[in-house]
Amino acid sequence: MSARDDVLARIRTALGTQQPPTEVARDYRTTDDRPLPELLDVLTDRLEDYQATVHRCAPDAIGPTVTAALHGIPGDVVVAPGVPAQWRPAGAIEDDGRPAVDLTAFAATLTGVTVAVAETGTLVLDASPICGRRALSLLPDVLVCVVTADQVVGSVPEGLARLDPLRPLTMISGPSATSDIELQRVEGVHGPRTLLVVLASD
Amino acid sequence: MTAVFLGIPTAPAGVGNLRGDRSFPDAARDALRDGQLRANLGHATTTIRGKRAGVVAEVPDWAELREAGRAIKAATMARLDEHLIALEEQVTARGGTVHWARDATEANQIVTALVQATGATEVVKVKSMATQEIGLNEALEAAGIEALETDLAELIVQLGEDKPSHILVPAIHKNRAEIREIFARTIPGVDPHLTDDPRKLAMAAREHLRERFLRARVAVSGANFAVAETGTLAVVESEGNGRMCLTLPQTLITVMGIEKLVPTWRDLEVFLQLLPRSSTGERMNPYTSLWAGITPGDGPQDFHLVLLDNGRTAVLADEVGREALHCIRCSACLNVCPVYERTGGHAYGSVYPGPIGAVLSPQLTGVEDNASLPYASSLCGACYDVCPVAIDIPSILVHLRAEHVEAQTRTTPEAAAFRALSKVMSHPRLWRLAQRAAGLGRFLARGRPTLPAALPPPASAWTRTRDLPTPPAKTFTQQWAEEHGS
Amino acid sequence: MRVALFATCLVDTMVPQVAHATATLLQRLGHEVIVPAGQSCCGQMHVNTGYRREAVPIVANHVRAFAGAEAIVAPSGSCVASIHHQQAAVARRAGEHALADEAEALAGRTYELSQFLVDVLGVTDVGAYYPHRVTYHPTCHSLRLLRVGDRPLQLLRAVRGLDLVELPGAESCCGFGGTFAVKNADTSTAMLTDKMANVLATHAEVCTAGDSSCLLHIGGGLSRLRSGTRTVHLAEILASTEENSVQNGASAPSGTAIVPGRVDL
Ligand code: SF4
Repeated sequence: MSARDDVLARIRTALGTQQPPTEVARDYRTTDDRPLPELLDVLTDRLEDYQATVHRCAPDAIGPTVTAALHGIPGDVVVAPGVPAQWRPAGAIEDDGRPAVDLTAFAATLTGVTVAVAETGTLVLDASPICGRRALSLLPDVLVCVVTADQVVGSVPEGLARLDPLRPLTMISGPSATSDIELQRVEGVHGPRTLLVVLASD
Repeated sequence: MTAVFLGIPTAPAGVGNLRGDRSFPDAARDALRDGQLRANLGHATTTIRGKRAGVVAEVPDWAELREAGRAIKAATMARLDEHLIALEEQVTARGGTVHWARDATEANQIVTALVQATGATEVVKVKSMATQEIGLNEALEAAGIEALETDLAELIVQLGEDKPSHILVPAIHKNRAEIREIFARTIPGVDPHLTDDPRKLAMAAREHLRERFLRARVAVSGANFAVAETGTLAVVESEGNGRMCLTLPQTLITVMGIEKLVPTWRDLEVFLQLLPRSSTGERMNPYTSLWAGITPGDGPQDFHLVLLDNGRTAVLADEVGREALHCIRCSACLNVCPVYERTGGHAYGSVYPGPIGAVLSPQLTGVEDNASLPYASSLCGACYDVCPVAIDIPSILVHLRAEHVEAQTRTTPEAAAFRALSKVMSHPRLWRLAQRAAGLGRFLARGRPTLPAALPPPASAWTRTRDLPTPPAKTFTQQWAEEHGS
Repeated sequence: MRVALFATCLVDTMVPQVAHATATLLQRLGHEVIVPAGQSCCGQMHVNTGYRREAVPIVANHVRAFAGAEAIVAPSGSCVASIHHQQAAVARRAGEHALADEAEALAGRTYELSQFLVDVLGVTDVGAYYPHRVTYHPTCHSLRLLRVGDRPLQLLRAVRGLDLVELPGAESCCGFGGTFAVKNADTSTAMLTDKMANVLATHAEVCTAGDSSCLLHIGGGLSRLRSGTRTVHLAEILASTEENSVQNGASAPSGTAIVPGRVDL
């Protein structure tokens, strides 16, 4: 018997004929009805709580806000290919699909997001053109994400419902961090040590 | 029904890290003398308990989430075979390859062969309990392949030639000064002025690993969840070392216990709320990576998923004990456990320490191979209270104690005593006589209010550190009957 | 109300004054107390040590002894928790379904003392007087299995003369755990040491709780240290009045506070 057949047979033997009920009561909250302005404030608060820097602006001021946010960061900026021209700072270089490890040459990355979850301060990138491939938001030391108000939901269930589970997804909640030394949180390990969020709303 | 009865094998001995070489009380005795260990554990568990309590209290529907988490896991186990087949189909359809391993030996062989096929002689690893359990690093090393742990705490353990003592923070038993010392001693070219500031230590790890991530061709990971209906795998982490391993190398090998499955994508909405708050005490962990098979132009182009049994089906055969398979390895039960807090994880002898280890390890190996673990608990219930999937650990502990007792073929002195006591306690007349006999203990006291400390075992285990009051001359029921008739 | 008192094997044999106090208290509140003579043990020690088969006859004895009782009260969170959570389960596992049903029905009428006072009788001020500095340890089974919550504290706050001080780290286990105290004596002692340190930090004269087993453990440790802090069961404090106050001999080990005239040591 193959290992596969063996393991499956063991499972069937272990379960026997009587199977316990399999209904799942989902009595937890699946929506968050707070008005959008409140959700934006919660998102900002949660992001800042985990040491991300949030810049709020009007939708037509994204470009200048990104530029201002990146001010003082020495080195080149790489942008995901789908990032609109108006968002890009002067001199930014579009990701050209070079070997992933070569992305370490950049000081900062600019991407959009797919969805943002206010309650947990989470941004989700789905490797679509505006988010870029996964290595792009990983290797440069500064990550700038633009979030528009329509992308913000209140709760985790609402966030997951908007995602395609077949795409490579990265959920980001603050800069990389570790709690491995005395269970104290320290920001900045292998991922970007700085997370800047540009949150655009009317 | 038990696995032994059904002929389902448990995890084999001689491979992996599920068995200690000493009983829990013996190992604990040494740990309890280690003042530094006690201080480190006390400090760390107190910190994390407070953080967890804070972020759990924030969630108004925690009880409902917890119940959903429990129910999803129960539902998963009830149809585990079907879900695994679905997962295999989905992963395969998206360009991955699925392997099945009956036990640790087989899993180690599969992974070793896969690495050898790439020609690589080193692999980078994301922290994974499953690969710790099967002793993969040792197996790879025997085949001439270096396995580099990239999680900070795992790195500390690996560099210090130590063993993990916690499922989330394997180096919880070390404080910053000890970690600084390990880094200064073992990392080539490390800054000689390295201080014990946790941030500086984290930076030293970043420097040390950066180059290795960039040149790695093969990564080995575990998985926190796998979604059967979509073939999506999830790794929940903080540092970004997971993302490095899951994104940069050409080949990714994921080793996953068969119980890590959830049926639907939607189920993750429950666990991604329960897990981070319970484990690191954060609303959400910094990074969660999700992937299904391979994606052209993004990440590894060669993906292997190894599904591991290693005793899990034996656990599944026990109607009471199978709940232990629901565990999402958050470590909340360790952090609140008064026993773990004092002995640390090494005393449990297995990679799974603390309350969950005390119920999981003996079931994976067969209870006789870890017979002291089910007794390593005062049954205080703190673990059950915090468990995000409501595993009734105290009840499983008690169940396993009974399994151990019932597995004995010879009558132990303890069993003889308990059987005699059962007879006495179920016959009021015998019980009254026995109580009177206990009252005779007062003569040992020679009029003093406590019994002498030097009593024969097992009483000495009590009186070594605690006084025992002299029994009264009359029991309550005796005196009551005298006063009230009856 | 006619209340059947389940003394529990430990209290009956080792600390009878706790059962006397429970009876005195209930009588003072105007209730009739009966003590079924056939009672022995709830079976918990057997179940928790792995002897669940051997526990079944003990459960049967308990059910027999208390059959027909209208309400059953025990001065022990742990034993009442076992009656609620274990008795029917071990009987059912042994195939004794009729016994399991009876045990379940009995459990529905069985109360831990503080729950009985607050929930069933609806009293928090039982008219007690106890002029001492007291700290309260919520024992694990009262806290987590029975969820007695702050009922004991409500009762203690209403006691005249009593100076209630909060116990730091109150919710950590004292390390008793039945046979755990013997099988893992070192770990048990380490837990006890921390509990005692917290008790002593309160500078209380008395540490109280709703379980004599835990008190025997904590009190045994405090007595060994000659700390001067003693353990007294909640029932003894609540039974104490100006007229009939609970005395403690200076050298009496903790856990053996005696009601005068009841026990001749
Ligand atoms: S048993 Fe529960 S609390 Fe313990 S690690 Fe597993 S999920 Fe977490």
